[in-house]
Amino acid sequence: MAAMDRAGSAITADSSEGWDVSRAVAAVNYPRWALTCAAILFALYMAWMIIANDAFQWHTVFHWLFDPTVMQGLGVTLGLTVVAMVLGTIIGLVLAICRLSGHRIASGFAGLYIWFFRGTPMLVQLIFWYNLATLFPQISIAIPFAPPLVSWDTNTIITPLTAAIVGLALNEAAYMAEVIRAGLISVDHGQSEAAQAFGMTRQRALRRIIIPQAMRSIIPPTGNQLISMIKGTSLVSVIAMNDLLYSVQAIYNRTFEIIPLLMVAVVWYLFITSMLNFAQSHIERYYARGERRSEAPRVSTSDMEDAQ
Amino acid sequence: MNIIQTISSAPVLVQARDVHKSYGANEVLKGIDLDVRIGETVVILGPSGSGKSTLLRCINHLESMQKGSILVGGEQVGYVKRDGKLYYANAAQLARQRHGIGMVFQQFNLYPHMTVMQNIIEAPVGVYKEKRASAEDYARMLLKRVGLLEKASAYPRQLSGGQQQRVAIARALAIKPKLMLFDEPTSALDPELVGEVLATMRDLASSGLTMIVVTHEISFAREAADRVIFMDGGRIVEEGPPDQVLVNPKHPRTRAFLNRVI
Repeated sequence: MAAMDRAGSAITADSSEGWDVSRAVAAVNYPRWALTCAAILFALYMAWMIIANDAFQWHTVFHWLFDPTVMQGLGVTLGLTVVAMVLGTIIGLVLAICRLSGHRIASGFAGLYIWFFRGTPMLVQLIFWYNLATLFPQISIAIPFAPPLVSWDTNTIITPLTAAIVGLALNEAAYMAEVIRAGLISVDHGQSEAAQAFGMTRQRALRRIIIPQAMRSIIPPTGNQLISMIKGTSLVSVIAMNDLLYSVQAIYNRTFEIIPLLMVAVVWYLFITSMLNFAQSHIERYYARGERRSEAPRVSTSDMEDAQ
Repeated sequence: MNIIQTISSAPVLVQARDVHKSYGANEVLKGIDLDVRIGETVVILGPSGSGKSTLLRCINHLESMQKGSILVGGEQVGYVKRDGKLYYANAAQLARQRHGIGMVFQQFNLYPHMTVMQNIIEAPVGVYKEKRASAEDYARMLLKRVGLLEKASAYPRQLSGGQQQRVAIARALAIKPKLMLFDEPTSALDPELVGEVLATMRDLASSGLTMIVVTHEISFAREAADRVIFMDGGRIVEEGPPDQVLVNPKHPRTRAFLNRVI
């Protein structure tokens, strides 16, 4: 009853005069301030614990950080990631288009591919490709059921490098196919209809109209895929591919400085991931170019987002 | 009167015969016969679900039909006659057949990732291989005609609905069509923006372009149409000059419809 009285009196007393809202200020939010301070203190404390802890042996980390073996491993990791991702995206795009085409065989084949490569562990696939020679000792180009035109010994083709690339790329293609398919079906149907009405072939409509719009929803999950790919490449150490993780393992097997050398790998993985995040936000902004309603920079909204 | 005389003796551009179309068991077009002559503006009215949009989309083969034929400029869009047989057209043939047909959609369907200028020159330059410079000149002329020259470098989302639809009209005109199809061009617009789009369309109609317009705007039909067609239940119920169909409709269903919308 008292509360109702207060509410009632507030309305009658203050509503007589409207105050200009441009004079309004935000009230101090004490709980939020307290939480912010606690979070900062906690972060500082964690940082201090890591820096001041001698067990991390930071001088050893810095000693190995730019070591030629580590650099070479970093190069292999980056190279593998780029090649496997590019191949995986291309194959994934073809699969996604097959999956969405009205053609039942093409769509069925793509479905089968995705089912198989998503349904089996990456590690098994890698070992499988590496040991392909035991199943097919010869690889040849031939018309089915006719004598081969050209033929190679499988073991000369399947090196750790090719097995790694094939394994990573084919596995990635299955995931990218689903990412790209989701992007393509997110584009309004009216767009492909307009493209058709203006005489575009399906191929041209995809390239000029549909894919550029689908990119907006393809980029964020692709960034995700790329980051898991970078870390996924560490699996290739099982087939004796000298990537970043394999290189630091090779060093700590000699020196027994396990934690510092793992920190070396961690620092590099985090560095690459940060670079990718940076690139991703730029690419996202590019593909959102038609989305902004005004051409003015969105300073105020981004400030608001930062504050939250 | 003179104009009507000229049109009624002009050659036929669109000739539909016994057009049937169904979605599963639901027959939406139950035998449509229609002739549209060069320079004519035909407005198709009718309640929703009467099949008027479907008919329009059959004309440029955005929808396929099950029976009958539609000729546009003597060609069957979507089909090719060879050695006494009728084949489905391939992508290249279909693109060539659609060259003469411009289309304006209810939801505008502008390409949101392209500027107004890029939207307009995409088909002329990319599909019909015109020179970029001359296509841009022509695009600027069209933008001036729809009163949006200063918006050439804007993106569609920065424009109002009415402006977007006028850009869509310019985009359709950029392929120098013999025939323009309008699929409820004002239905997605706020009431105060309808006028500017209709004004642009009236301007086009009076310039002698052949137009087929599916709309709910009776005022446009009255002012700009040479002929009004009233469709209901997948059939053409009544057709004739606007002052006859709109003022003295013969068929009770036309009368009922007009009573509801006016």
